[in-house]
Amino acid sequence: MFEGILIAGFGGQGVLSTGQLLAYAGMKENKHVAWIPSYGPEMRGGTANCGVTISDRPISSPVVSEPTVLIAMNRPSLEKFEPAVVPSGLILVNSSLIHIKTKRSDVKTVYVPANDIAESLGNGKVANNIILGVLLELTGVVSTESVLEALKEVLPPKRHNLIPINQEALEKGRQLAREFKAS
Amino acid sequence: MKKVFTRPESLKDIPFHYCPGCTHGIVHRLVAEVIDEMDMYERALGVAPVGCSVFIYNYMDFDMYQAAHGRAPAVATGIKRVLPDRLVFTYQGDGDAAAIGTGELVHAAARGEKITVIFINNAVYAMTGGQMAPTTLLGQKTTTTPAGRDAGINGMPVKVCEMLAPLDGSAYLARVSVHNPKNIVAAKKAIRKAFDIQMRGDGFTLVEVLSSCPTNWGLSPLEALKWLEQNMIPYYPLGEYKTPAEVGK
Amino acid sequence: MAKVLMKGNEAIGEGAVRAGCRYFFGYPITPQSELPHYLAKRMPEVGGLYLQSESETAAANMVFGAAGAGARVMTSSSGPGISLMQEGISYIAGAELPCVIVNMIRGGPGLGNIAPAQSDYFQAVKGGGHGDYRVICLAPASVQEIIDLMQDAFDLADKYRNPVMLLADGVLGQMMEPVELGEEKFVQPPEKPWAATGRKKGGPKRLINSLYIVPEECEQHNLKLAKKYAVISREEQRWEEYHLDDARLVIVAFGTSARVCKAVVDRARDEGMAVGLLRPITVWPYPTGVIKRIREKVDRFLVVEMNMGQMIEDVRLAVEGARPVHFYGRAGGMMPVARDIFNEVKKLYNGGAEQ
Ligand SMILES: Cc1ncc(C[n+]2csc(CCOP(=O)(O)OP(=O)(O)O)c2C)c(N)n1
Ligand code: SF4
Ligand SMILES: [Mg+2]
Repeated sequence: MFEGILIAGFGGQGVLSTGQLLAYAGMKENKHVAWIPSYGPEMRGGTANCGVTISDRPISSPVVSEPTVLIAMNRPSLEKFEPAVVPSGLILVNSSLIHIKTKRSDVKTVYVPANDIAESLGNGKVANNIILGVLLELTGVVSTESVLEALKEVLPPKRHNLIPINQEALEKGRQLAREFKAS
Repeated sequence: MKKVFTRPESLKDIPFHYCPGCTHGIVHRLVAEVIDEMDMYERALGVAPVGCSVFIYNYMDFDMYQAAHGRAPAVATGIKRVLPDRLVFTYQGDGDAAAIGTGELVHAAARGEKITVIFINNAVYAMTGGQMAPTTLLGQKTTTTPAGRDAGINGMPVKVCEMLAPLDGSAYLARVSVHNPKNIVAAKKAIRKAFDIQMRGDGFTLVEVLSSCPTNWGLSPLEALKWLEQNMIPYYPLGEYKTPAEVGK
Repeated sequence: MAKVLMKGNEAIGEGAVRAGCRYFFGYPITPQSELPHYLAKRMPEVGGLYLQSESETAAANMVFGAAGAGARVMTSSSGPGISLMQEGISYIAGAELPCVIVNMIRGGPGLGNIAPAQSDYFQAVKGGGHGDYRVICLAPASVQEIIDLMQDAFDLADKYRNPVMLLADGVLGQMMEPVELGEEKFVQPPEKPWAATGRKKGGPKRLINSLYIVPEECEQHNLKLAKKYAVISREEQRWEEYHLDDARLVIVAFGTSARVCKAVVDRARDEGMAVGLLRPITVWPYPTGVIKRIREKVDRFLVVEMNMGQMIEDVRLAVEGARPVHFYGRAGGMMPVARDIFNEVKKLYNGGAEQ
């Protein structure tokens, strides 16, 4: 297996930490993982992105220049990175904030109103984990259990009370993806 | 829509890359306006630093240079000695001018080099991610002073105007701020005065501008301006530290 | 021990602390700033010192002082800052002081950019500063290897009383990978009787110095250094071999570009081509021994670098014209892509371009 996942959005949307969570989960499963952020002045523009590679082979370059999956959390990210996605790759669009469609017809696109669902769960901050749930269900890149285990290590103990809501968000995402698969 | 202000001719019509609430953009505009008002577009030469404001070389529409980190006063010296009738200025951050480039700054002033340094004091290394600058205040937390600046380890913040004032070669030294409209007007006056004094050939001129960096201070744009007023101004008093006698205050 | 996910820059910091380094002097620069950020927190925890200097020129000379005083000491920067350190590095080499210097290479020349590059190879291995001296130069290719090499870096520095440079790039500094940190051991740096720590009455006078005003004496000093460098060249060559045994085409690459080339070798092997990879871990001393050993058995070499062709000169020196040595490179902060290198390999493998 090999997935090169690019997660992109505004700074402050938790893009970098979501990528780290995914990498941690992959490590828990003894897979080869690498995470790399965009760095430097391009952050001034307020955008942030990171690449996460999860593979059963050693990882050559951690730079995800041809993503198999793009998670676009805002519109500029979708517009900037959708051309790079490999043919028959996957694009997950945060349709709460992105009101346009992708131009690609050779990839699978799923529109996830992540912020709206997160709000309905009572915590707008778990939008990333809704999308992460969709990703897990559609790709099987790592298991939900590994993500939850990783959360325990990534979150400082005083914030472990947030684990149940994150779990709920992941489940909600998976459920959404199952409905998408069925349709 | 009513036009609130027009863009100075010296400022290129492209958007700034600065963060919301960053005052670099305001100072760029002041410099450009003064050059327009002095009708110096064709004779102005600017030297960009290494720092967040490196791309001033794109924003200024007239001819520009880009210098190594801290070396702008040396580059400006070379330019001015070849083209003595030009208006030559550098635009430098506090890391650039008061840490790595202290030698060049002090000796340009000591030689009475007829250039102007626009010195942006925002109390951090902004471009590289908010490390301690020579101007970082005591107790101020930065990425390299996670427990706050400690005088025992890092010494006291550097006061650039006060440091240069005793040098005979310095002709005009002023500290201004851009945290509110009144101070912005005063800042522009100081820049004009420095450029005029440079062109009179009186010696080295520098305008220190207290500036905000909301991003690395971890504050909103408004909070940042308030922080500047409440914390920086008491330690870095505004005013003219040196003026040629004939020019006066 | 459980694995943890760590950034390359932080791994350097943790690796240094575990190797007994207690002094860091440096000046901020991207893409290595997470290292000073890490050590600004970590050094006080272990009773060490993190001090931000006013420039890299100063940092290198603070290292000179601290190393002369017997400390395990380190500094770190990237291209523009390493250029400013060259004065200090030359003096450190001249005075035979041990220290570790990290260069997270970025795109150049001049201000260039902050993207990953390998364009400071010449500067690192061919001198950099003035005078006839050498710097031991280690080129890790993963975050784990960074951790492992930090201990070696300090040990080699002390063993040979010589500066050691860790040569990496923005990608290695910024990326996170799982690492095994191992047990934290107490490291007792070796005795340094030569360190100038205050003369005991009746004891020997120590002098930390690189001035030899009499040419005869300076020549003797250079001969002594040359002898040391010859020992290092003989004893300390390190490299990794990947499918070299039957390789007809050998790719030579270090650091990040070697990672990409490994994937190229895998793909070539999948398609039945006998391609191998030689990855120098020390780029000074250069692993010429292994190249001399294999050069007769292979058809050609392909050197891949993130610059316009620097290490290729060392490969050519070792190959001594016995075989063609080809080059593929990306520059200015661009990364080589496996597909492009593979196409190059395919072309060359099928006897394509003769030199
Ligand atoms: C020789 C050298 N050292 C370090 C750097 C990295 N660097 C780039 S900008 C900067 C600091 C900028 O801070 P300041 O001058 O205060 O400007 P600001 O970004 O705050 O406006 C540093 C250290 C460099 N480019 N060259
Ligand atoms: S980081 Fe600070 S100085 Fe730089 S553009 Fe943003 S607000 Fe301005
Ligand atoms: Mg600054």
